[in-house]
Amino acid sequence: MKTKEKQVTGSDRYEIRLSGSGGQGLILAGVMLAEAVGTIDGRNVAQTQSYGPEARGGASRADVVISDDEISYPKAMKLDLLLALTQEACDSYYHDLKEDGTLIIDSHMVTQPPTPRCYGFPFVQLAKSEIGVAMVANVVSLGTICELTGIVSKQALTEVVRRRAPRGTEEKNLKALELGFQIAKNVKK
Amino acid sequence: MSNQVKLLQGNEACVEGAVLAGVRFFAGYPITPSTEIAEGMARRLPRIGGRFIQMEDEIASMAAIIGASCAGSKSMTATSGPGFSLMQENLGYAYITETPCVVVDVQRGGPSTGLPTKISQSDTMQAAYGTHGDYYAIVLAPSSVEESLHLTVKAVNYSEMYRTPVIVLLDEVLGHMREKVVIPALDEIEVQERRRPAVPPDWYKHYAITATGVSAMASFGEGYRFNVTGLTHDELGFPTAVPREIKAMLDKLKDKVVKNADAIAEFESTEMDDDPKVAILSYGIVSRAAKQAVAMAREQRLKVGAIRPKTIWPLSESKVRDLLKPVRQLIVAELNQGQLINMVKQCIDRNHTELIPLQKYDGELITPSEILHKIKEVKHHAN
Amino acid sequence: MQTKSDIVHHYLRPKKKFPHVWCSGCGLGVILGSLIRSIDALQMPKDDIVVCSGIGCSSRLPVYIDFNTLHTTHGRAIAFATGVKFSNPRLKVIVVTGDGDCLAIGGNHFIHACRRNIDITVILVNNWIYGMTGGQFSPTTPTGKIGSTAPYGNIEQTFDPTKLAIAAGAAYVARSTVYHVDQLDKMIKGGLEKKGFSVVEVISNCHTYFGRLNKEGDAVEMLTWMKAHAMPIQAARKLPPEKMEGKFVTGLLHDEEKQEYCDRYAQLSEDLMKKTEARP
Repeated sequence: MKTKEKQVTGSDRYEIRLSGSGGQGLILAGVMLAEAVGTIDGRNVAQTQSYGPEARGGASRADVVISDDEISYPKAMKLDLLLALTQEACDSYYHDLKEDGTLIIDSHMVTQPPTPRCYGFPFVQLAKSEIGVAMVANVVSLGTICELTGIVSKQALTEVVRRRAPRGTEEKNLKALELGFQIAKNVKK
Repeated sequence: MSNQVKLLQGNEACVEGAVLAGVRFFAGYPITPSTEIAEGMARRLPRIGGRFIQMEDEIASMAAIIGASCAGSKSMTATSGPGFSLMQENLGYAYITETPCVVVDVQRGGPSTGLPTKISQSDTMQAAYGTHGDYYAIVLAPSSVEESLHLTVKAVNYSEMYRTPVIVLLDEVLGHMREKVVIPALDEIEVQERRRPAVPPDWYKHYAITATGVSAMASFGEGYRFNVTGLTHDELGFPTAVPREIKAMLDKLKDKVVKNADAIAEFESTEMDDDPKVAILSYGIVSRAAKQAVAMAREQRLKVGAIRPKTIWPLSESKVRDLLKPVRQLIVAELNQGQLINMVKQCIDRNHTELIPLQKYDGELITPSEILHKIKEVKHHAN
Repeated sequence: MQTKSDIVHHYLRPKKKFPHVWCSGCGLGVILGSLIRSIDALQMPKDDIVVCSGIGCSSRLPVYIDFNTLHTTHGRAIAFATGVKFSNPRLKVIVVTGDGDCLAIGGNHFIHACRRNIDITVILVNNWIYGMTGGQFSPTTPTGKIGSTAPYGNIEQTFDPTKLAIAAGAAYVARSTVYHVDQLDKMIKGGLEKKGFSVVEVISNCHTYFGRLNKEGDAVEMLTWMKAHAMPIQAARKLPPEKMEGKFVTGLLHDEEKQEYCDRYAQLSEDLMKKTEARP
């Protein structure tokens, strides 16, 4: 039964969850990703989020479902990709990830990864040291997701980051995106 | 003009739809999860010659949009459960005075303050029967962000065509989720205007009995000088206690909706072509889970279909019977303790179709696997 | 020459719902006449006038006059009127309301309309009681007075609606009585001329309930009481407080120039539209 369900939710439908704590800009990152995929790459997309008091301080998450077909159920069912910027988020959502799904973690924040088969990058630390602000860790991680999965085009993502970045922070965000591309490329080599 | 493609929230799509349909007056009061509609209107309306006002409460918001409509504006408000409850008395005033206006209710859990940030469909019955007295509502319920735009346009149109309030039911998930929306150009959508009087002021009857049940409507300031009252009134709009006139007014409120039910009621069917004996009935965002469940079931060679009313009320009896012809078991999936199923009961032949409830009311959206599980259970018992 | 009664008849709805619902001797007839004379004096076109009301004896007034009339739900007239006015600021919008309608169930709308300073004239008919429902005490029933729901005397404090209106931001606030008809005409006319939120409180008599329950006599006796206890503001200013004991002040109590809500919004809207046009 499990394999059959997988076929329906499988090849074409791609489910991403960006998770961490409130204030890390994960909802904005989800919106950026969805806007790039939907309005520029021209695929179907549905973006949902955890909404409520926890969006301001506690755990926070944004889900993005991508498909070339019409998206029936808009929420994530079994994740193809999980980004976890905190240990808590990783522990909470790892069980939603498919067996062959991709796990990307902040290697400094998630000290006990649930599996060795994951990509680890010190997103927050890199954002601080390379760009000068921890706030852009969300965009760095978007860059790595783009480079590692190809689920969104670089051109679309770049355009949306430029458009959606808070005014005055465009340059920093674009640099963060480049950084994300770069660190992922190094891993792929 | 090329169409714009935007990533929008359901609430934002409502704003786009309202503006396209010609809504130029919005009065509202902040309430989660509907606030983005008021915020969008506050930004948009002053830029296009429209008017936005934040009132002191939802009672006043409802009052203000009715007043504005009497003065000739297409008007709208948006709220959620607690605010919708406060609006009910004046909503009744809009029904009895046959004043066009649109109310968007972005549903959250109730009763009372309930679950401000969680999904529910527990205002279903309130949307159709919320205020006191005999009246007939028109209630539309989109299931996607794009449809939130189009059904808001339709709601404004129906309110103008039938001279009645129209309710749009969204929910917390649909209101906040983002999807791609193609914003239509103005010439690509149908926009309806209220019928204006063709007679001189002396002959004008604000509530004239007509063949269609809908009277022409003048606005304040145009020379007609009519009376509008929440008291039961005659054709001219003056209070009446004459039994014949009382009945005529109440029949008019009923007929203009009920007699047009076939034109108003719309359904979407999924996988119903091969006459499945089992089907799922659901509305709004829940129907998206149902569609997914049907796809999963079909993969497993389970013959099952899905039906989605886009119009919660009126439910056209003939259309429902037609759709349910092959269906012996109808799973009614909803996010409450059985409100839609109660409404459906009234218009089906229960000797022919058995109604099976699937109700979730824990603040979470129903999942495709939960529906699939129910399908299997039903199929198993049937065999 | 037109007589005063000709003028009044010109504005009444011909062939419509007379006789009216009010008790004989009710002050509302005086107020109806005064409103009509004020409108006539200003030569306002009938088509441009919208009279809104809520529920209660005073709220039945609009149905008799030949304007655009909106008889709404209990307490909400000002909120409906706000929608009418803001939707089409060209219209002259008047609200006729009572002490229960305006100050109890509609109190919040009243306060916030004052605060917005939207160009609406409120004629607040204060007869200290709920008449239509049969004599229950209201927010203006004096402490100690009898109502059908205060059979042992009202234990609550009362509102002074004029002070409330001034504090909340109304531009024009006046008070008169159904005895002082010339003054009443002047106050209503002034309110109609004022650009902004104007409130005219009219002390009126409900001899049927208030008078009977409190043994204050018939209409004539209650009007005589008004004559004896009203003190024009010019005179009141010169009197020491002890001489004002038991009296109430009439006349123009507050008149202030300030920006009106619809004007302010129109300005904002115009600026925004210019900006939008300027952009390529």
